[in-house]
Amino acid sequence: MIALTVNGHTQQVDVDPETPLLYVLRDELALNGAKFGCGIGQCGACAVIVDGVAVNSCVTPVGTLKGRRVVTVEGLGTTGKPGVLQQAFIDEQAAQCGYCIAGMIMRAQALLDHNAAPTDAEIRTHMAPSLCRCGTHMRILRAIRRASEALKHDAAPRRETGP
Amino acid sequence: MSFSLPLRPAMPQAPAEKRLPGSLERSPQLDSWIRIDERGAITVFTGKCELGQGIKTALVQVAAEELGVAPESIHLVTADTAVTPNEGYTAGSHSMQDSGTAIRYAAAQARSLLIGAAAAQLGVPRQRLKARDGEVVADDGRRLGFGPLVKDELLHVTADGRAELTDAAHYRLIGKPLHRIDIPAKVSGAPAFVHDLRLPGMLHARVVRPPSYHATLSRIDTAPIAKLPGVRAVHRDGNYLAVVAEREYQAIAAMHAVEGAASWNEAPTLPESEKIFDWLTSQPAEEVPVVSGSGGLTGRMNILEATYRRAYQMHASIGPSCAVAQFENGQLTVWTHSQGVFPLRAAIAQLVQLPADKVRCIQLDGSGCYGHNGADDAGADAALLAMALPGHPVRMQWMREQEHAWEPYGSAMITKARAALGPDGRIAGWDYSVRSCTHATRAGPAGNLLPAWLLAHPSAPPPPRPLPLPEGGGHRNAAPIYSIADARVAYEFVSAMPLRVSALRSLGAYMNIFSIESFMDELAQSAKADPVDFRLRHLDDPRARAVIKVAAERFGWADYPRRQDHGRGFAFARYKNLAAYLALAAEVEVDRKSRRVRLKRAVAAVDSGEAVNPDGIENQIEGGILQAASWTLHERVTFDRTRITSRDWSSYPILRFSGIPDEVRVHVVNQPGAPFLGTGEAAQGPTAAAIANAIADATGVRLRDIPLTLL
Repeated sequence: MIALTVNGHTQQVDVDPETPLLYVLRDELALNGAKFGCGIGQCGACAVIVDGVAVNSCVTPVGTLKGRRVVTVEGLGTTGKPGVLQQAFIDEQAAQCGYCIAGMIMRAQALLDHNAAPTDAEIRTHMAPSLCRCGTHMRILRAIRRASEALKHDAAPRRETGP
Repeated sequence: MSFSLPLRPAMPQAPAEKRLPGSLERSPQLDSWIRIDERGAITVFTGKCELGQGIKTALVQVAAEELGVAPESIHLVTADTAVTPNEGYTAGSHSMQDSGTAIRYAAAQARSLLIGAAAAQLGVPRQRLKARDGEVVADDGRRLGFGPLVKDELLHVTADGRAELTDAAHYRLIGKPLHRIDIPAKVSGAPAFVHDLRLPGMLHARVVRPPSYHATLSRIDTAPIAKLPGVRAVHRDGNYLAVVAEREYQAIAAMHAVEGAASWNEAPTLPESEKIFDWLTSQPAEEVPVVSGSGGLTGRMNILEATYRRAYQMHASIGPSCAVAQFENGQLTVWTHSQGVFPLRAAIAQLVQLPADKVRCIQLDGSGCYGHNGADDAGADAALLAMALPGHPVRMQWMREQEHAWEPYGSAMITKARAALGPDGRIAGWDYSVRSCTHATRAGPAGNLLPAWLLAHPSAPPPPRPLPLPEGGGHRNAAPIYSIADARVAYEFVSAMPLRVSALRSLGAYMNIFSIESFMDELAQSAKADPVDFRLRHLDDPRARAVIKVAAERFGWADYPRRQDHGRGFAFARYKNLAAYLALAAEVEVDRKSRRVRLKRAVAAVDSGEAVNPDGIENQIEGGILQAASWTLHERVTFDRTRITSRDWSSYPILRFSGIPDEVRVHVVNQPGAPFLGTGEAAQGPTAAAIANAIADATGVRLRDIPLTLL
C-alpha cells in the first residue's frame, strides 16, 4: 500500500510502486484529467503538479511520491466552478479537441504559481515541452496571460489590506 | 455525400429541383433529427461527430435559432448507429453543409408545425403566433408549451425542406460567437473522451503489433505471460497479438512481455526513403482527367516549369487511438472516436462475422484526428477482444509508437506545373499534373481495418480507387481556380501503397494548393507583378476577390516594411473549389545561423458562407494555420527498407511553443443568408504556399519540397 496525496486528499493505493502515477490517477482514483499521450515524457498530455513542479505523470513511478503533494486539473476547480486558469481557458476558448488541455493547464499553473506575471517569452519557453496538434497554441498563450492578469487583479486588494 | 452549392449570395439554401437540403435528402424523417417530449425537452440528433472542430456547438446554435429557444435547452446526440441519422463520415469539411443545413431546415419545419398546431388550438391565424423559449406565444398573451403541442406525433412526418428560415435580420444566435459546449468539461477533467469511459467490470487491453507491415510471427510462448499479475488473456490469432488484464498498467507490462517473447520474420519491402519520389514516378498510374483542355502551351512561348514534392506526413494525434467494446447477449457495442460510425459498423460486423444489426457503434470524443488515423482500427481491436471475452467491457488504447508506425499517412506526392504568360501579362497556358497514392482507404470494407490484415484468416484491403470529382482525393484542388483560357490538369493515380496511406486533413488539396500558389508567385515574378495583383488579375468571383483584399489589407501588404531575414508571402484558395474561400498573408523570419524558418505572422480572411459560430471558424483556421505550418516546415515520415522509423515525437518532431508565430489573425467575412461552406480544412494549402512564397521573398530561394528546408 502506498499513501498518495492527490488534490489535498491522502489515500492508500494498492499498486506496484513501479506503476507510473498516470495509471494510478486514471484507474485507481478515476481521475480523467491526466491523459496518456506517449508514455515516455515527450508530449505533456499527462502533466500534473508534484510539490509545485510540473511533471509528466507517465514517467513518474508512484512509489517515489510518498509524502509529496500531487495536484491534477481536478484540483483546480470543477466544470461548474472552474478555477482562475480553467476559466481563462474557457474565456479564450483555448481548446479544439481538448486532449492536451488538462496537461497544458497544469504546466501553466506550475508557472503561475511561481511567477504570477510571466513575460510572453517566459510562457513560450515554459510551455515548450507540451505538444498540441490542433494548433491551439495562440489561444493557450492568451489564456495564460488572461489568468495572469486576473491573478494580478485578485492580488492587488490583498496587498492593500496587508501589512 | 457531395452537394453542389450555387454561388448566389442571397438565400440559395432552398434546394434546386427536388433534392432536400443537406442530409435531409438521405434521412428525410423529421423526428430522426428533432424530438420533443411531453415535458417540452428538445433533443436534436446528428450523424456527425465532434472531432474538436466545435461542430456540436454550431449545430446547437442552428437548431436553437430556428426553434426560438436558448442553446442550453437543447440536448444534442452525436453519431450513434442505434439512434442518429446516417451521415456517413465526418470528413471533408462537410458537417455544416450536410448536418447543419439538415438540422436548420428540420428545426424550421418543427417550429412551423408547432405554430400550426397552436394556431388550430387557439383559433388564431399563424401570423399572430411566435415560438419563444419553448412555447408558442400569441400576440394576446396566450401561450402553449412545446410539450403539449407535440402529442399525436406532430413531428413524425417527412421533411419537406420548404420551411421558412429565420431571416438574418432577426438572428439571436447565428453569426454570434458562442462558447463551445464541450470545453468546460475538457478543462476540468470531467469525463469527456472515449478514453475516460469506465464501465463496470471493464478490462484493459493492449495490442502487440508486428515490427513492420509484413512481418510474420515465427515463434512465441505465451504461457509465462498468462501468469503475470492481473492478466486475463493473451490473445493470438495468426499475426495478431493482444493482452487483456484487470488494470491498465498490468496490460502494458504484459504487452512488453509479449513483445520480448515474440520472434518475427521480416523482409525489406519498402522503397528506399531517399529515392521515394523516383519510386513514385516509376510506378504505373491511372490517368484521371481533371481539366481536359490542351494546356495552350506552344513551342514559341516562354514556358515556366516547376516540380514540387511532398514527403509522407502523419496525422500524429496527441492521444493514441482508443475504443471500448462489449459483447453481451449476442450484441456487440463499440464506443469509438471514429469519424464514421455507420461505415465502421459495417466493417466491424464483417470482421467479427455478426449481422450489422447486432453491432452498435457509438461515437464519443477523442483526440483530434485530422482525417483517417487509427480510430477505426482501434474500434476493430476492441471489438475483436470483446468477442474473445464475452460479457466483459474491454478498453483498448494504442501505444504512442503504434499510432505513429501504423496510422495511415498522407501520401508522398509530386506535382508538375508548366505555364506561360501572354503579352498581356496574364496566364496564356497551363499544364499541371499531380501524382500520388490513394487518399481514401477508410473502413467500410473490413479489409481496410488494420487488425484484419493480421488475423489467421486475413482480409486484404480492396484495391484503392480515386475519389470522384468534383471533390476528389489526390486531385482535390488540382484544377486552378483562376481564369485561364486553356488549361490541362491530370491526376496520375498510383494504386500501389508500400506505406499505409489514407485521408489526411484536406487530402490532395494541401499539396495542390501549395504547388499552384507557389507557381502563381513564380509566374507573378516572371510577369514583374505584385503577387496579390497577379492573383486578382485572374479572378472574377467577387467573394474570392473580397477575401484576398481583406487579408492583404489587414496584413499591411501594400506598405510592408523590408527587413533583413524577413519576407512576406501570399496565397489564396477556395477549398475543393466549392467550399470556403481563404486568403492568407504570412511573414517568415529566417535564422541566419541555423537556416531555420519560423512563421512569424499570419493574417487570414475566410468566407465560410453563413458563419454560425464565428469564433469556432477562427479557432479552426488558427489551428489549421499552425498545423499546416508544422507540416510545411517540420514534418516527414522516416523509414528504412523494412520499418517505419518515425515512432515517437523525437523521430517525428512537430511544431512546439518555441516555434509558434508571434501573431495569427483570422478575419471572418460573413455572408448572412448564404449557404454554409465547409471550413475546417481550408487553411492547410494556403498556409504552405504563403510560407514558401515568404521564404522566397526573404532569401531569393524558391523551395519546392515539403518539408521546406533551407540548405
